[in-house]
Amino acid sequence: MSKTNQPHRLWMYENMVKSRAFEDAIKPAYLEGKTPRFNMARGPIPGEMHLSDGQEPCAVGVCAHLRESDTVTATHRPHHAAIAKGVDLDRMAAEIFGRDTGLSGGRGGHMHLFDASVNFACSGIIAQGMGPALGAAMAAKLRGSDAVAVAYIGEGAANQGAFHEVMNLASVWGAPLVIVIEDNGYGVSVSKASCTAVSRNADRAAAYAMPGIHIAGNDPDAIYDAAGEAIARARRGEGPSLIEIETSRLEGHFMGDQEAYRPEGEKDRLKAMDPIPRYRERLLADGIDAAELDACEKHAQQAVETAFAFARGSALPDPASAFTSVFVERTTA
Amino acid sequence: MNTATAIRKQTIAKAMSEALASEMERDPGVVVLGEDIGKLGGVFGNTGGLLERFGTERVFDTPISETGFIGAAVGMAGAGMRPVVELMFVDFFGVCMDAIYNLAAKQAYFSGGQVSCPMVLMTSVGGGYGDAGQHSQCLYATFGHLPGMKVVIPSNAHDAKGLMLAAIRDENPVVFMFHKALQGMGWLGTVAGSITDVPDGEYEVPIGKAGVAREGTDITLVGLGITVHHCLAAADALSREDGVEAEVIDIRTIAPLDRETILASVRKTGRVVVVDDDYLSCGLAGEVIASIAEAGIPLASPPQRISHPDIPIPFSPALEHAVLPNAEMTLAAARQSIGERA
Repeated sequence: MSKTNQPHRLWMYENMVKSRAFEDAIKPAYLEGKTPRFNMARGPIPGEMHLSDGQEPCAVGVCAHLRESDTVTATHRPHHAAIAKGVDLDRMAAEIFGRDTGLSGGRGGHMHLFDASVNFACSGIIAQGMGPALGAAMAAKLRGSDAVAVAYIGEGAANQGAFHEVMNLASVWGAPLVIVIEDNGYGVSVSKASCTAVSRNADRAAAYAMPGIHIAGNDPDAIYDAAGEAIARARRGEGPSLIEIETSRLEGHFMGDQEAYRPEGEKDRLKAMDPIPRYRERLLADGIDAAELDACEKHAQQAVETAFAFARGSALPDPASAFTSVFVERTTA
Repeated sequence: MNTATAIRKQTIAKAMSEALASEMERDPGVVVLGEDIGKLGGVFGNTGGLLERFGTERVFDTPISETGFIGAAVGMAGAGMRPVVELMFVDFFGVCMDAIYNLAAKQAYFSGGQVSCPMVLMTSVGGGYGDAGQHSQCLYATFGHLPGMKVVIPSNAHDAKGLMLAAIRDENPVVFMFHKALQGMGWLGTVAGSITDVPDGEYEVPIGKAGVAREGTDITLVGLGITVHHCLAAADALSREDGVEAEVIDIRTIAPLDRETILASVRKTGRVVVVDDDYLSCGLAGEVIASIAEAGIPLASPPQRISHPDIPIPFSPALEHAVLPNAEMTLAAARQSIGERA
């Protein structure tokens, strides 16, 4: 039985549903103009599109403990984490559509979402969000605040140099940092098993004298509990932790990925274990009223519809704006 | 005490550490991170005394993890602090460039100006002392080529202090290069002209403005860092031996390049030699000459550039000094320019 209380669980459910609804709305929009022949440059949303379907528990279980003043850095697959951190959904959708009203006026797109009001950022380069998360954590520590930072990475990032450098530095500095590995089993097409020296990346935490927690089952409640401890520890000034979550990527690496590298039947097995309907069933079994869950779903759907309408209704940016925000003008001296 | 007008001759190393201390005193958000910048005071002397004065809360000796600590500086800067980090040799950029050009340089742009990145990356450049091709490069053009960063290099201690103050106060990432041959470290040898009067107190040398190191009317010699001193030595010889008055421009800021100051001088003189100790092809000297060509300035003789040839920097002094730009090469090019007509 989970120690979590109902308000958090409803919040987690609603944000998982919102994230999935967002991705479900992205899919047809992304394919507009890209059929019958797929051309990534075409349509209202060009470029790569990395969907987070299946990984929602990693976002909500961790972010349920975070405040606006806490920092999150996410990956090239950032939508679920952005939504759970409270990034403005309208401006996020507009950014993905490359519109003037987007978070950065269309300069960044889906892999480079920044919302300073909730201290959220992401980077398209594997493991490279970790350094900035460490820096945000150290800024909080040096100022005597109890704010923390969370760096989301994939399991492939644990084989990057930046991972090991930041793990060591975070431990040496006692940084209030929680590193969350979303292990979806694949770096694009290469399986974790075929390219990783350890079966559990959480074991690597021992090399850096920090707790390493492994969570199986893609279970929002288990993630919530483990993340709660790690974040509380960081807030108490007791240093960093590593959390490894076994999750599942229910879509390709990016939209258009044929996924021929997956073993036969794997996708069906993963979809049968979709964490969202499973969580709904568990909440019902724990006595939460179906009407409350229905209301969560309705809110989530409405928020996504509003965001997409906002995005589609927004103007494309003035080409001249490409030349602004390269530098920030001095505001202090 | 009559100190107001006293001449304070300093090395670039001392001027940098004085600027850092002054800004750390003024702004509690300024912290310094890097390898050997604490107890040792910096391999090149530019952080001397900071640890003793500001303690381990502000001055961090880091492990040899440039990706980690430069990335951390980006996060600190985004959170409103003003980190100054050292990349001991610019040659080491290969192990941490993502943190520099993908994170620091794009934070403002990707956030639409929501999140700035007020950080300084101090890094040593230059050869001439037999350290071979992994510890002697300049890479001005590499860094100058990438948008989102400002890149400066002082040729003397006065400018080093003023540029450092300006760099720390800038809202954007500034790569602060310092040339080892000018640094004032006893064990490296130092060009005397880099040791200058450094005024007490705060002053800025503006980023984005080139300096006129010597006024002249007959030919423009353009340099940066150590090559400013090559240009000055050549100008001195031209004046003494040829009756030619050269104007010497100190580029001082590689990005954004102050083309106007260079163009104004070349409009006046009609002749130009550009000297830099970075690699020749796709380089800074070529960029300067392209700007002159684009401006349509009529020249009395073809523009010339002197740079390191397109080879790795060799070790043996017999090889290295044969290829590194110097004052003699500058003088010879200037004399050729004076003797030629376009």
